[in-house]
Amino acid sequence: MSAQREKDQKPSAGFLNSVLAVARKDLAAELRSPELLLAMLVFALLAIFIFNFALDLEPALRSRVTSGVLWTTFAFSGTLGLNRSMAVEKENGCLDGLLLAPVDRAAIYFGKAISNLLFLLLLEVVVIPVYSLLYGINLFNPGLLLVVLLGSVGYIAVGTLLSGMAVQARTRDVLLPILQFPIILPMLIASIKASDGFLTGVGLEDAVPWIILLIIYDVIFLAIALMVFDYVVEE
Amino acid sequence: MISVRKLVKRFGLKMILRGLDFEVQPGEFVALLGPNGAGKTTFLRILASLSRPSMGSVTIAGFSLPKEAAAVRVRLGVVSHQPLLYGNLTAEENLNFYGRMYAVQGLEERITQVLEMVGLSVRRRDLVRTFSRGMQQRLAIGRAVLHDPQVMLFDEPYTGLDQDASNMLDGVLSTVASQGRTVVMTSHDLARTEALATRFDILSRGVIAASASRSQMGKGDLMDFYKASLV
Amino acid sequence: MESKPISLMILDIVSILLLAVSTYLALVFAPLEAAMGAVQRVFYFHVATAWVGMLGFIAAGITGIVYLATKDLKWDIIEVAAVEISLVFFLITIVLGSIWARPVWNTWWTWDPRLTTAAIIELYYLAYFMLRQGIEEPGRRANFGAVYALLGAPTIPLTFMAIRLFRTIHPVVVGSESAEAQGGFNMTADMRTAFFFALFAFTVIFIDLLWNRIRLGNLQQKLEQLKLNILE
Repeated sequence: MSAQREKDQKPSAGFLNSVLAVARKDLAAELRSPELLLAMLVFALLAIFIFNFALDLEPALRSRVTSGVLWTTFAFSGTLGLNRSMAVEKENGCLDGLLLAPVDRAAIYFGKAISNLLFLLLLEVVVIPVYSLLYGINLFNPGLLLVVLLGSVGYIAVGTLLSGMAVQARTRDVLLPILQFPIILPMLIASIKASDGFLTGVGLEDAVPWIILLIIYDVIFLAIALMVFDYVVEE
Repeated sequence: MISVRKLVKRFGLKMILRGLDFEVQPGEFVALLGPNGAGKTTFLRILASLSRPSMGSVTIAGFSLPKEAAAVRVRLGVVSHQPLLYGNLTAEENLNFYGRMYAVQGLEERITQVLEMVGLSVRRRDLVRTFSRGMQQRLAIGRAVLHDPQVMLFDEPYTGLDQDASNMLDGVLSTVASQGRTVVMTSHDLARTEALATRFDILSRGVIAASASRSQMGKGDLMDFYKASLV
Repeated sequence: MESKPISLMILDIVSILLLAVSTYLALVFAPLEAAMGAVQRVFYFHVATAWVGMLGFIAAGITGIVYLATKDLKWDIIEVAAVEISLVFFLITIVLGSIWARPVWNTWWTWDPRLTTAAIIELYYLAYFMLRQGIEEPGRRANFGAVYALLGAPTIPLTFMAIRLFRTIHPVVVGSESAEAQGGFNMTADMRTAFFFALFAFTVIFIDLLWNRIRLGNLQQKLEQLKLNILE
């Protein structure tokens, strides 16, 4: 037996290489037929139009609700993307294919999280200028972009883990937002308030505690997700 | 090559495998037969390192599961009744992705070689979702042999294939098996199994109920043997 | 069918007695609060039920971790028991809080950080049960339940912090400023007796309910096992 073990030491893909392979595969598929991005984008634009009429966004009101409207839109269209991204892995049994590969489970989580994050950021990069254009509000504020990045990281850290659970449940598509929203609530509150701070120009003082909260949130949930992802995919 | 001792698998309270013993020598092609619900797929998923044993030991190529799963996975090729392929990627891209996950050396040449073997060279740049079921299954085999595994597991590879596609699959399977690999296959198709396998094991009620090698059997005897061992 | 253990029966009776005494202390023994009047008496049970809710929440998080480490399904049974009890008691907390808030703050609901957090925990628990319900295989169901229970542990304190921070920066004008400002009061010695006794009584009641619920879970499991045996 030991002789058999020693011969042919097979190379194994490094952690980083497998993370990148998983993320690249998602991006390549999306580039070929952008089902997921298109669905998120159209949904987000529809949501903004609905908000416009639901809230009757007069100029005076706009500046106060902008960050709320934006983050609600991101959160809801984000679940569409997360659901789709995991459904792809379940469709032809691909999740088994990933688990059969001799790579760390954490690499699979990271790979999926990176592609999910890129999709969400791409959505935000389109939605924010469109919103600026429609309402004449300048959203190109480095502070706001930092908040968007930090908030999105926390959102995806939790969402990627939870979508792995939701996809294996009977009620998969409806389950994800229900699982996710109670958990991302502190992240949403912090993102909305921090964005508010930058948009209303009240300044850094108000935004700083929220940004700290966001950073704490991101670190905690990335760490937990890495620790428990194994239990989500094991049988 | 594969050694399983007193394997028990429970799903909650339900006991699927009940102290199963199983031994495969290098180069053997073992057909695992049995009625639905006997635990064939569960057993194969445990061998594939996808499912953890509740009790007992599983050793593949000298590495024990689930402890040394990574070492086992490198040496293992799995074909299931699902293709494990991404529909929105081309045949080439699918193989390229899995090749990276397995750190295959000289990936470009290997992909060409594998596509040649499964007869899909002309379709290498087509999306997998445009493939017929039979072509997907052949590509799935290509995916499974990409990293040149010593041990291969086939779980109901003929599911959903018509006569022609099954015949083509037969050709690919025997090519794969003839390259000195150890194979375990589950199937309902006794006729095709009889032509391919060198040994026949019957899985019933969570244990191996009977085992016979091809040399012990005349042509057409498999049906009788199968029926007799299930009583 | 095994009969109920004697010690559990004794604990049942003790729980009922403690509840009776605690009710007497809260409704009769404790003096009438000057500013708020009789409705203030809700406070004793309001805090005590919230305390039990918190106990259940913490117990669920811990048993979730222990389950993931040991993979012993008995921890899963305890986790579900703790969540169910916590769900019910937080609901009572919220209802009692509303009853208190109506005359004191002139509103059924205030977005007070504690009350809001309790309501969010309720929603989180409902999500927990929906997740479990969607999974057939018991091992996987237990895994997912434990992971989700574990995620709640940092979420709820963070949510509380976020809501509190939210309020300090933007105080609401309608309703209450904060619980301390308008609903606060100083406890007399007798009030304190009633308060701490209620906490003690409800802790015992929590243990009693948890024990009963775990026993029920074990019996359910046994029933499943017997059914399986018959089928084979």
